[in-house]
Amino acid sequence: MSAPAFDRTASPPIFELGQEGRANRYLEPGKPLDRFLPASLLRDDLPLPDNSELDVVRHYTKLSQRTFGIDLGFYPLGSCTMKYNPRVNDAMAAKPEFAELHPYTPDGLAQGALQVMYELERSLSSLFGMAAFSLNPAAGAHAELAALLIAKRYFKDRGETGRDKVIVPDTAHGTNPASAAMCGFKVISLPSDERGRVSVAELAKVLGPDTAVCMMTNPNTLGLFEDHIQEITAAVHAAGGLMYYDGANANALMGNARPGDMGFDLMHLNTHKTFTIPHGGGGAGHGPVGVAAHLVEYLPTPVVVATPKANGESAASPSDRMSFRLDFDRPKSIGPMRSFWSNFAHAVRALAYVYANGADGLKRVSQLAVLNANYLRVRIAEFLETPYPEICRHEFVVSAQSLKKATGVRALDLAKALLDRGFMAPTMYFPLIVPECLMIEPTETESKETLDSFVEALRAIVATAKSNPQELFDAPVNTVVGRVDETRAARQPDLRWTPAPEKG
Amino acid sequence: MAQPENLLYSKEHEWVKIDGDTATIGITEHAQNSLGDIVYVELPKVGAKIDQFGTAGVIESVKAVSDLFTPISGEVLEINGALADDPAAVNKEPYDGGWLFKLRVSNPAETAKLLGAADYEKFAAE
Amino acid sequence: MYAPHTPRDIAQMLAAVGVGSLEELLRVPDGLALKESLDVVPALPEYLIGRRFDHFAKKNAGSGYRSFLGAGAYRHYVPPAIPALAMRGEFLTAYTPYQAEVSQGYLQAIYEWQTYICLLTRMDISNASVYDGATALAEGAIMAFNATGRRKILVSRAVHPNYRAVLKTYCDGLDVEIDEIGYTAGGVTDLAELEEAVARKEYAAVALQSPNFFGNVDVLSSAASDAVRDSETIAIAVVAEALALTALATPASWGAAIVVGEAQSFGVAVAYGGPYAGFIASTQEHLRRIPGRLVGKSVDGAGRTAYVLTLQAREQHIRRERATSNICTNQAHCALIATIYLALMGKTGLRDAAALNLERSRELATAVSSVDGVALKFPAPFFNEFAVDVGANAADVLMQLEKRGILGGVDLGRFYPELRTCVLMTATELTTTGDIDALASALNEVVHVRAGV
Repeated sequence: MSAPAFDRTASPPIFELGQEGRANRYLEPGKPLDRFLPASLLRDDLPLPDNSELDVVRHYTKLSQRTFGIDLGFYPLGSCTMKYNPRVNDAMAAKPEFAELHPYTPDGLAQGALQVMYELERSLSSLFGMAAFSLNPAAGAHAELAALLIAKRYFKDRGETGRDKVIVPDTAHGTNPASAAMCGFKVISLPSDERGRVSVAELAKVLGPDTAVCMMTNPNTLGLFEDHIQEITAAVHAAGGLMYYDGANANALMGNARPGDMGFDLMHLNTHKTFTIPHGGGGAGHGPVGVAAHLVEYLPTPVVVATPKANGESAASPSDRMSFRLDFDRPKSIGPMRSFWSNFAHAVRALAYVYANGADGLKRVSQLAVLNANYLRVRIAEFLETPYPEICRHEFVVSAQSLKKATGVRALDLAKALLDRGFMAPTMYFPLIVPECLMIEPTETESKETLDSFVEALRAIVATAKSNPQELFDAPVNTVVGRVDETRAARQPDLRWTPAPEKG
Repeated sequence: MAQPENLLYSKEHEWVKIDGDTATIGITEHAQNSLGDIVYVELPKVGAKIDQFGTAGVIESVKAVSDLFTPISGEVLEINGALADDPAAVNKEPYDGGWLFKLRVSNPAETAKLLGAADYEKFAAE
Repeated sequence: MYAPHTPRDIAQMLAAVGVGSLEELLRVPDGLALKESLDVVPALPEYLIGRRFDHFAKKNAGSGYRSFLGAGAYRHYVPPAIPALAMRGEFLTAYTPYQAEVSQGYLQAIYEWQTYICLLTRMDISNASVYDGATALAEGAIMAFNATGRRKILVSRAVHPNYRAVLKTYCDGLDVEIDEIGYTAGGVTDLAELEEAVARKEYAAVALQSPNFFGNVDVLSSAASDAVRDSETIAIAVVAEALALTALATPASWGAAIVVGEAQSFGVAVAYGGPYAGFIASTQEHLRRIPGRLVGKSVDGAGRTAYVLTLQAREQHIRRERATSNICTNQAHCALIATIYLALMGKTGLRDAAALNLERSRELATAVSSVDGVALKFPAPFFNEFAVDVGANAADVLMQLEKRGILGGVDLGRFYPELRTCVLMTATELTTTGDIDALASALNEVVHVRAGV
């Protein structure tokens, strides 16, 4: 990112810009509040600034210029699938008939919204081989929690309350064990084998009558396909457990292979990754949770139910022959996960993306995502260690361990040096089993030219590590601030602006 | 660096100083060094009874979190309240102002399972 | 597909990798190859995607009706400057700001959001957002369980029924029990029942919503506040209509130590239920228990002000199964929208909005209660919505209003069997006199026709 040279100083917080009385006239002036409520129920003051619209526009425009997004450059953040976010998605979500539709609108007057949810749900179920999805959860971790609650309820119904262990490979995302803990499950961490896969032998040792769920992502966070997946699911099922698929890495197999066919009983998707919903600086996400047939009745409420419309036969599209309603009356459901039905605006975006691709297009997406990752892998292997030198899927890991031994330069330093050259840094120090790890996911929307320029930038950085490591320890220098003092931030937390004391 | 001779050590890198039936506990120089900048220490409640090698709290550095174990069983008598405002003391003076908590020792014989300074130094170097 | 690859690129890249074809690159074990063709919506060129969604949009007739719907999702005025700023690609297409040096702008915006929430609630700290109001309540409850070591929670029945349902979903996972306190004929939480319950000293927290689900101001009396404090119970304030924070006495003033809520009212579209922006704020003593991301202010090596994600060791990616919550992605972009809304409206604009909501809802209350056979259900002071007894099955009345192009409100019988003749009606600054007249006259017709049958 090249920050404009004329604006390297921080903008003061919005609270220091305003002047009382500098108000915008969006509404007519209101009457005094005590005309409507007794003064004892009212707050005495409201210590917020009044700002002119121009000041606000300049302030947040400046803040945007101090923020790096996909629109500014390559964003190879492993396990985050930072691909291009097509603008048509946002245009569809912004239609007033969607944006201004109230969640308590009667079903009959919200048929279009329900149809969007239905078409997305059916498409996802087919793509991933699940019996049904719920679009209720708000993000991936939220969907994981929903899935584990489903498992807990399922075992309770079967009287198998002794199943309290969740098995999680050591390469798993941190949300997996955290979600398991929120359902009262105990977490068993499973070591990977020397090939970076789940070891069937190690798994066998921990399986038993207390096994509830085995959570896996495939390909895993090393970018490797778990080629023994059928043996693994068979073993877990034989022990009476359920298999959970963490869909964070679904961009690697969408349209080519299906978690349902691998034997997974539960899964989630991060449609804000795989289906091009913009991540928005950390959300809102969208986390559909999918289940095999034996778990459908446990899905969170509400569920969109479709029934054939009277006289609907002539409609061109199958879903146009149906009418829809929200079903809340599902006695075995785990209940709702959130205030309302779904992050609906995101369902619109995801469905627009599915329409832009169709089944063949989505298959091509994952093929090209894997091609980009492998191309980058072999090119980077020319000058950095790749601990698993084999065909990867959508992402791969690089280790700076030997570079660190030789030069003192760590993965962190490489990452910061990339920022100086206009690239977002890869995911660092994850998965935990790879020392000095950089995890790189290029996605399919990047061109060969972009990948080549990234390779050359990283090659030059590694050369600098050998010739002048200090330059990398000092990086980044082309950004609006240098490395931030995180120790100070954590030891003396300053989490909010406070007014400076009045000068006497 | 040489370990203080008057202390006993656990393989989890805690030290303990026994003074009558009171034990003072902290983490070693080696531990603070490998944890990096410590930003927060979660200590046991006064009055809690903890078994030898059981979890007594948590130590957070900027990007890591580690369990804190007690090298000896007992009832918590006192915690180092100053660490709430100054967790850096654990980095700066782990054997002194950076002590963590004091116990009333319930079973002095447990010291047999701890290491002396020379043995700990050898263990930590491995 | 949005992939830029030419056939030549693909050939060159395959050659570099040493693989003959894309199919070979994605080879899976025997038995995992797709056996059936996928049943996915068809691929369309972009202009036809627009037409397809126009088709869906036309089937959402309810978006154009005169609407008195609220109940946790509110239509408020959204200045056009908000989308103009929030939809800038730098904000929209950023990931969570892990690399602080290239994320200063977003980090500062979240720091401002945390500050706005603190100033509005009079709490000491706030996090970077959670999914929505209901999950904020569940996460706030978990904070209380961890703070007190108690495994039960007390919740007012006047808290949004959806929030209570979500709390139950979470509590089922945690094996925690929920007890409920009733509401009085006045339409507020029964504080006598509350005082008696907390005296048993078994509840981690007691949760009250204000304005409550019926729209009424619903806070602890000083006696109830003392009882809560003396029993070492944590008072959780729930906020579903955040605009009310700009007018009503702060949750801190009646003893809340944790405030959880929904900030959708601050410029976020109702969008058929999401995405919205949940918030959690608390007193300083709960700093280590607050879930999710926190932005802190620090400095860089040169001493320049710099913002950064902080206290991360509480979070799932480090603490894993011992994290304060599993939350990872939150609602940053909705929080950004809310922050810009608060900045644009300012103190003056927010006070105007609050006053107009109070005024229009009172106009509405006067108009509907002048209809024969229709009366306000509760006498308590309300903010911008209230319960109306229509003297007949509310669902039937609402359906009749629907036929006249009016969404008259939410059927309270859906959540409270004892209120099946009651409707929750909402008016905001966007409600016009024409809307109010139309509803009153339609209601008059509907109730009159029913009486005549």
